[in-house]
Amino acid sequence: MTEGKKALLVMGCPEVPVQMSIVLYLSHKLCKAGYDVTVAGTDAAVKLLKVSDPESYYVQKTIDLDQLIADIVEKKTDFDLCFTFMHSDAGMTYGATFSAISKAKLYAVVFGKNAEELAETIDYPAEKIVAKATHNPNPLKNKIDKVVL
Amino acid sequence: MSCVEQMKYKLYLERTSFKDAREYIEKNSEEVYYVDPGYKIFKDYYIIGVPPVAMGVRGKEMLFTYVKPCHGTFVMGIDSEEEIARLRQREEEKIKASLKKGGPKAKEKPAPSSFSDIWKK
Repeated sequence: MTEGKKALLVMGCPEVPVQMSIVLYLSHKLCKAGYDVTVAGTDAAVKLLKVSDPESYYVQKTIDLDQLIADIVEKKTDFDLCFTFMHSDAGMTYGATFSAISKAKLYAVVFGKNAEELAETIDYPAEKIVAKATHNPNPLKNKIDKVVL
Repeated sequence: MSCVEQMKYKLYLERTSFKDAREYIEKNSEEVYYVDPGYKIFKDYYIIGVPPVAMGVRGKEMLFTYVKPCHGTFVMGIDSEEEIARLRQREEEKIKASLKKGGPKAKEKPAPSSFSDIWKK
């Protein structure tokens, strides 16, 4: 039963193209599975998302990343699932933060040129979804499809 | 934008990894304290990091990590006696709480008095 369950997608820096398509894809997939989905990101990442999905068909709720962290630490909100997108050390660091502050089951979605090396640096509890993908989203999409939600 | 960026700060490391930033703080501070991710400093900045997150004190200056998704980790220094006092107070409270629980020594086994004690399970 996923009805009423909350899922969070945390976008990293939007410079790697596959991130946006996978965020839209995963949000759609989670919504269809009955999750209440929220997508968090920097101002730039949220703007990219809103231009890509102007009628909020795939993503209904967005939140600023800093505000989200404040809300979780202050116990104003939390989630059942959390997917953190990362292709850099900074993204991995944000993942560690969510692992520490949230009770959600954490998935680390690791992509980019150095995906495997970056995944090895993750030593906090998280299910890793790793694909060396930058422009072609299919390797990452295939890994996402194998995750049992 | 966090309030931290509007304050008078010094940057000691820029666009580095979190691990390197932590090591810099540990090596270049007179006092080092460890906090959990989400620890709040100043008005509205919640520390982002991989535990244990090091916070340094050097004179009147507090050294800490500042992470931006697109730019990596920075080591920042801001003069703040209030925040330093809060870190020290927090450490004192941690020690007091540990002592109330009996402290680490209370859990230690007595030293063996013979060789047969050593091999006892």
